[in-house]
Amino acid sequence: MADSYGIRIEGVRKRYGEGDTAVDALKHVDMQVAPGEVVGLIGPSGSGKSTLLKCLGAVIEPTAGRMTLGEQVIYDDGWKIPDLRALRRDKIGFVFQAPYLIPFLDVTDNVALLPMLAGHSNAESRKRALELLEALDVGHRAKAMPSQLSGGEQQRVSIARALVNRPPVILADEPTAPLDSERALAVIRILNQMASQYETAIIVVTHDEKILPTFKRIYHIRDGKTHEEAGEGRGFD
Amino acid sequence: MISLAGRDILHGWGKFVFTGVGLGLLIGVTLTMAGVYRGMIDDAQVLIDNSGADLWVVQKDTLGPYAESSSLYEDIYRGIVIMPGVAQAVNVTYFTMQVRHGERDVRSMAVGIVPGEAGQPGWPPYLVAGRQITRSHYEAVADIATGFKLGDRIKIRRNHYTVVGLTRRMVSSNGDPMVFISLKDAQEAQFLKDNDAIVQNRRRTAENPNFNRPGVPGLLEAVIASQSGNPYVNAVLVSIKPGYTAEQVAEPIRRWKRLTVYTRAQMESILIEKLIATAAKQIGMFLVILTLVSAAIVAFIIYTLTLGKIREIAVLKLIGTRNRTIAAMIMQQAVGLGLIGFAVGKIAATFWAPIFPKYVLLLPSDSLRGFVVVVVICALASVLAIRAALKVDPAEAIGG
Repeated sequence: MADSYGIRIEGVRKRYGEGDTAVDALKHVDMQVAPGEVVGLIGPSGSGKSTLLKCLGAVIEPTAGRMTLGEQVIYDDGWKIPDLRALRRDKIGFVFQAPYLIPFLDVTDNVALLPMLAGHSNAESRKRALELLEALDVGHRAKAMPSQLSGGEQQRVSIARALVNRPPVILADEPTAPLDSERALAVIRILNQMASQYETAIIVVTHDEKILPTFKRIYHIRDGKTHEEAGEGRGFD
Repeated sequence: MISLAGRDILHGWGKFVFTGVGLGLLIGVTLTMAGVYRGMIDDAQVLIDNSGADLWVVQKDTLGPYAESSSLYEDIYRGIVIMPGVAQAVNVTYFTMQVRHGERDVRSMAVGIVPGEAGQPGWPPYLVAGRQITRSHYEAVADIATGFKLGDRIKIRRNHYTVVGLTRRMVSSNGDPMVFISLKDAQEAQFLKDNDAIVQNRRRTAENPNFNRPGVPGLLEAVIASQSGNPYVNAVLVSIKPGYTAEQVAEPIRRWKRLTVYTRAQMESILIEKLIATAAKQIGMFLVILTLVSAAIVAFIIYTLTLGKIREIAVLKLIGTRNRTIAAMIMQQAVGLGLIGFAVGKIAATFWAPIFPKYVLLLPSDSLRGFVVVVVICALASVLAIRAALKVDPAEAIGG
């Protein structure tokens, strides 16, 4: 494991409700992912995976704990970042189970939208987007609309969108669920390549057993607590 | 930054265009209603302008020939024409009636004018075909909106008239086209009864001992003769000499002739503020209702379109899109819909306005005002959808 961390989570708790009706979705979560590393996060339904992802994605506020992105503490018993929207835009990439591309933007602009939102010029944003699309082998579909792409192509575009602002962390929520084995492994291969290439820490939430052997480390989450174990780390050679 | 609204509209252009066309027809109706109101005002204005009069002398304490019944002896003009500042004083009659042409009736305002020449008050100031009336009886000049043609034979009461001239935009304050005939014919037509009624009236007069006195020969004949004619006109139209103001000429007539005199400004006020006031309010109510309906439609459409994009909006918010960017996208779409609607409405109103039976006047200033109202309404109508969009939780994109 590397000495530095892309993301580090210590003792994060999340409680919904109050009093007798309170539910502890996360009781004690510890997690750390190095830059360039891809880890799996698995657990049964209701174990707290989505809650953890939402806390990491700065979408909901944890009840307690500490979260660090790179050297920056973003949460320590309270948000330490005033603009969570900018944090999500600049520091966190999201890959969803379904690609959720914006249907009225072409492939290039779906990817270029994030740098544009961050204030980069349209030309520069599109240049960055095209580079990533080429790297992900969908450059030839740059002008296509999302509805014209296959499921695998759409997922690669959504990965490009997650990477385009060079975030230190990518949160992938069951990115291979709708794909067959071959395409699922292809997506994981791409995530691994991108993690290495851009020094990005990637957390992949999954139920997909066929991709589990690809992770070197896996976090199990059960009853709101995480347990780390070594994975097979099977390569793609 | 790219225009998200523009891209969305381009992506679903069919939906936007069809919705815009529907909205546009509604806006077209709204613009037309405004045009009908403007047409009524313009009709009143041309009625005054085309009369060629500077003053209207009418029965005391009445609102004049266009708004109320007014009756003056036909010889009153003789006393007016010699008043200081009066250039011309001519009798005129106005009455609205059905003019028969072949098998159809045309609602018209018959105007009785005295012999003279073009440019005289009361006369049609210009013709588009034919000539002015030159004979004392049974010739008519008609507004082209009557549908009559040169040489047509038309029937007013019991008499037939030949259309010798056609004019344009000569209408009553109700928008009914005018038919000009000689004053004598008009006076007769205004009070002409059928033969049975005349016989009955003569018999009734003969049986009245006050009119048929044995010791007063000739009295009955004199009374019957006086009942057979119509010595009344509705107004005296006065033009004034240069160097006089309307009020300078009107005041002595009011004082010495004990008649009511209206200047051009006063007559405009009567026509616009009194005569068409109720109709204007009616149209105003329609305009308000149509505006509210348009706003409700835009609000509903934009709200529905926004609800259909909740997942995309959640993703946009999750990846860091500002609320104001999302709000601007929705508002721009609403305004875009309004612009499409306005363009369609303006084109539709322009094309169908001439088909309306009454004059529809589409003023550029009304169109500009309508454009601003459409934009403002669309912007306001998008508020509901913007509220819904801003309530979307970015966590919805993650699921769970």
